[in-house]
Amino acid sequence: MGHEPSPLGGHAHDHGEGGLSDPALRARALESLLVEKGYVDPAALEAIIESYEKKIGPRNGARVVARSWVEPDFRRWLLEDATAAIRSLGYGGRQGEHMVALANTPAVHNLVVCTLCSCYPWPVLGLPPVWYKSAPYRSRAVIDPRGVLAEFGVALPPETYIRVWDSTAEIRYLVVPIRPAATDGWSEERLAALITRDSMIGAGLALDPASPALGAAS
Amino acid sequence: MNGAQDLGGMMGFGHVIAEADEPVFHADWERRAFALTLAAGALGEWNIDMARHARESLHPADYLSSSYYEVWLKGLEKLLVGRGLVSEAELSAGRAPGASKPTRPALSASKALRALDAGTPYDRPPPERARFSIGQAARARNLHPRGHTRLPRYVRGKRGEVEKVYGAFVFPDANAKGTGEGPQWLYCVRFPASELWGADGDRGSDVSVDAWESYLEEAEP
Repeated sequence: MGHEPSPLGGHAHDHGEGGLSDPALRARALESLLVEKGYVDPAALEAIIESYEKKIGPRNGARVVARSWVEPDFRRWLLEDATAAIRSLGYGGRQGEHMVALANTPAVHNLVVCTLCSCYPWPVLGLPPVWYKSAPYRSRAVIDPRGVLAEFGVALPPETYIRVWDSTAEIRYLVVPIRPAATDGWSEERLAALITRDSMIGAGLALDPASPALGAAS
Repeated sequence: MNGAQDLGGMMGFGHVIAEADEPVFHADWERRAFALTLAAGALGEWNIDMARHARESLHPADYLSSSYYEVWLKGLEKLLVGRGLVSEAELSAGRAPGASKPTRPALSASKALRALDAGTPYDRPPPERARFSIGQAARARNLHPRGHTRLPRYVRGKRGEVEKVYGAFVFPDANAKGTGEGPQWLYCVRFPASELWGADGDRGSDVSVDAWESYLEEAEP
């Protein structure tokens, strides 16, 4: 593995040549120790990893949002009791015990951050991307949300108000992006392909049906 | 604590860099660090607030120069040693010479999956009537506890408006100390950018923070 994970502060430092990196050695030592002591079952580790690499990810959230775009009753339910509405589609549990959905409108754009750590709605979005956990995002989303959005290529009209939600408790926020124009009559599956992970954090918008990115996403 | 984890409003970290088609993990050891943290957490020797506190009490230079899962690994090591489940010597050797009997059974794969699906709800029966109601003005208290807290520095002393009343929730400051869950009412409090950042804020924005009742005091309307 040549890829060095970037530090939270975003400032790379030198690593020794060759062999396993320090954290890789530490993780290996810790795992063998905990398994040897009987505290951890290797099969449980594999089950946990497989869940977050294969099953729990942003396609879950996209399904929730797509349903809310086609069913007004579901949208109302999602905005009133997101935990129950999301559970009805089979998603819930760890880091999604107390969900709140935030609907974007032309007047108000919602953006979610966790300035204190990395709180994120796992059951619907999976594990957070590196940028969400990084110091640049956590420090600036609250003081310069428009600047941060611009770095994601999101240029909102100046009259659009930005609401930033700092996830300081166990409430987990899911942004419901605006349904793009020219998608009347689309199926939920087709709509779900327009719904990116970033659009459900508020760091992006749903894809334009004419977008070239769509080919890759769908 | 006023540690390096409390990043809201800091400057100098540069641009947000998003990686296209980012994988869930960037190296195998990240997978292991993540899964080990969840599996060891299931031993029940600590709670989520103790785990957060273990990470944020790293030296600020260490915290900021470590990658995310390095912070998790270091936090996990600290918790394991702190609870006497492993010794420093065992950690550096990666071996347990006099292999002890586990004090708690390891989480099995099927139980792990059930636990992920069930989650750990943090809402509790309300201890008393809520002190604040929706629309009421509230000021975040000027608190600087040495231990764990979830009141970010950038709102302390600032005036906002209660926007939602979420019910009673486990209070992290107490839970991290192991002195009980001490549930309190939890509110969503909205602060105008001008209140938080003065003339340097974006007037077309505001920030909402989830705050427990003891973080707040009444403010003039």
